Amino acid sequence: MTKKVLMKGNEAIAEAAVRGGCRFFFGYPITPQTEIPEYLSWRLFEVGGDFVQAESEVAAINMVYGAGGAGGRAMTSSSSPGISLKQEGISYMAMAEIPAVVVNMVRAGPGLGGIQPAQSDYSQAVKGGGHGDYKLLVYAPATIQEAVNLMYIAWDKAEQYRIPVFILGDGMMGQLMEPIELPPMKQPNDPEKFDWATTGSHYGEGRRIVNSLYLKSEECLQQNYRLQAKYREIEKNEVICETIDCDDAEIVLTAYGSVGRICKSALPILRQKGVKVGLIRPTTLFPFATKVFEEVANKPNVKSFLTVELSAGQYNEDVRLAVNGKKPIDLLSRMGGEVMSAEDIVEKVMEVIK
Amino acid sequence: MPKWTKPKMLTDATLSFCPGCSHGIATKLVAEVLDELGLQSKTVEVASVGCSVFSYNFFNCDSQQAAHGRAPAVATGIKRVHPDKIVFTYQGDGDLASIGLAEIVHAGLRGENITVIFINNAIYGMTGGQMAPTTLVGQKTSTSPFGRDPKKQGNPIKMCELLATQTGPAYIERVMVSDYANILKTKKAIKKAFEYQIAGKGFTMVEILAACPTNWGMNPPDAMQFIKNDMAANYPLGVYKDIGGDK
Repeated sequence: MTKKVLMKGNEAIAEAAVRGGCRFFFGYPITPQTEIPEYLSWRLFEVGGDFVQAESEVAAINMVYGAGGAGGRAMTSSSSPGISLKQEGISYMAMAEIPAVVVNMVRAGPGLGGIQPAQSDYSQAVKGGGHGDYKLLVYAPATIQEAVNLMYIAWDKAEQYRIPVFILGDGMMGQLMEPIELPPMKQPNDPEKFDWATTGSHYGEGRRIVNSLYLKSEECLQQNYRLQAKYREIEKNEVICETIDCDDAEIVLTAYGSVGRICKSALPILRQKGVKVGLIRPTTLFPFATKVFEEVANKPNVKSFLTVELSAGQYNEDVRLAVNGKKPIDLLSRMGGEVMSAEDIVEKVMEVIK
Repeated sequence: MPKWTKPKMLTDATLSFCPGCSHGIATKLVAEVLDELGLQSKTVEVASVGCSVFSYNFFNCDSQQAAHGRAPAVATGIKRVHPDKIVFTYQGDGDLASIGLAEIVHAGLRGENITVIFINNAIYGMTGGQMAPTTLVGQKTSTSPFGRDPKKQGNPIKMCELLATQTGPAYIERVMVSDYANILKTKKAIKKAFEYQIAGKGFTMVEILAACPTNWGMNPPDAMQFIKNDMAANYPLGVYKDIGGDK
């Protein structure tokens, strides 16, 4: 076991990126994620990488498009308003099948909103976000350690599926400090090894084209089919979901990210009060843990669900689709950067089981 | 006059341009220069949005197609991963001087070691002849049907002049492809830009005043005259920046 180090969430994510093979960062400052670019602005040069503070979020994501398309392990990070600006490039990367990693430390919206933690970018992250029919592989870590572990595999997954990987964090996780274990350094792949990367080494018949334009509708259709087939494959292989105490639970909480962690703290309090409570905490939001919800909803002991989220019910829409009317679902929602406590969750549970 | 042969850096794809369009000339000049500098298997092209969108079909090298205006940002990403390779963008005036203004200016300010081929034909060609940031005062387009009035539609942007005032760019020149002598001058400018990139001197841009007979509503010979008489009068030719020597 390696030594534990005390690190701030954003810095741990940045270090895990480097250890996961990231060598190129392109970004723009915005609270509450700025420690990621600050950290990488010196760290990447220690490992022979490069760092550009771009003129805008739009430019930053397009630099990632260029670098990722050229076979480099590249990333950008931002927070909600900045992520909205990046949607153009993310949509292009989805169609051009460019591997890259995008981190969103979500803050409250809409508009400039506030800088406190929120989960109100759920639909944007999970349903695509930009124009066109596409999905991202969306990871929602609940702890800094989980964020580190996911950053470490993010480029492997991105390259395996040639897809942008999206890390959906929140302001709380970015600013929190906790002891973590860091994985060992992993070397990035040589861009020349990819049969799609525009490394400049190709000429004539073997040349590579990274492109999202398909003017002929039949070709555009085929490319869309190709993307959808990839998303079905990801749904089959990449679901990560934690379930706790669902075997005897009468009420099952469900939440992701930092809120999933808060829910976990509520579990022992509720059990002490004699409430049979369980938890479904998905780590991947796309692919969605539909089967897990189906199985739990089918259990005779489960009487109802309680969705807990820092948004108006965006996550709950997918929970409702997965539970599919089998059991009633209540919602505990907070918005605007107000975070519920474990006690708030306990109170809500006591109210709904009355 | 030497016999013209097709450059190796041009594919066999049929150019998608209208008769009399200058894109064909500019594309071939760039390909000739890449040939002469021996840049096969060393080059990545970045295509933009507009009539230039299909340039990835024409240049016989690796290529990335960029979103509208973002070619310099995409080129930056590629160049940072492969600093030893030659990276160039091929962009029109709507792409570069309007929606992509921030990207081109900041690529220049960073002295990004890329080459920008900037085709200025004062109009949005691909979408059917709308007013461009470079449309001349008085020029009629499908979105300035009474002629561009600076009080209503603003003034044309001069990109060479704008970029040359900044520290960062290494070489900025404006040329035109209105006649044989100027086509040769254009090729010389393109070659110099790529030579600067090979030498690692930094950001280079060649602005080429070009014709769009279809959307100008002219026949090709008249369009060439329009470049010479009207375009060049508003966009003076010349070297705007040249750090020269060794850097």
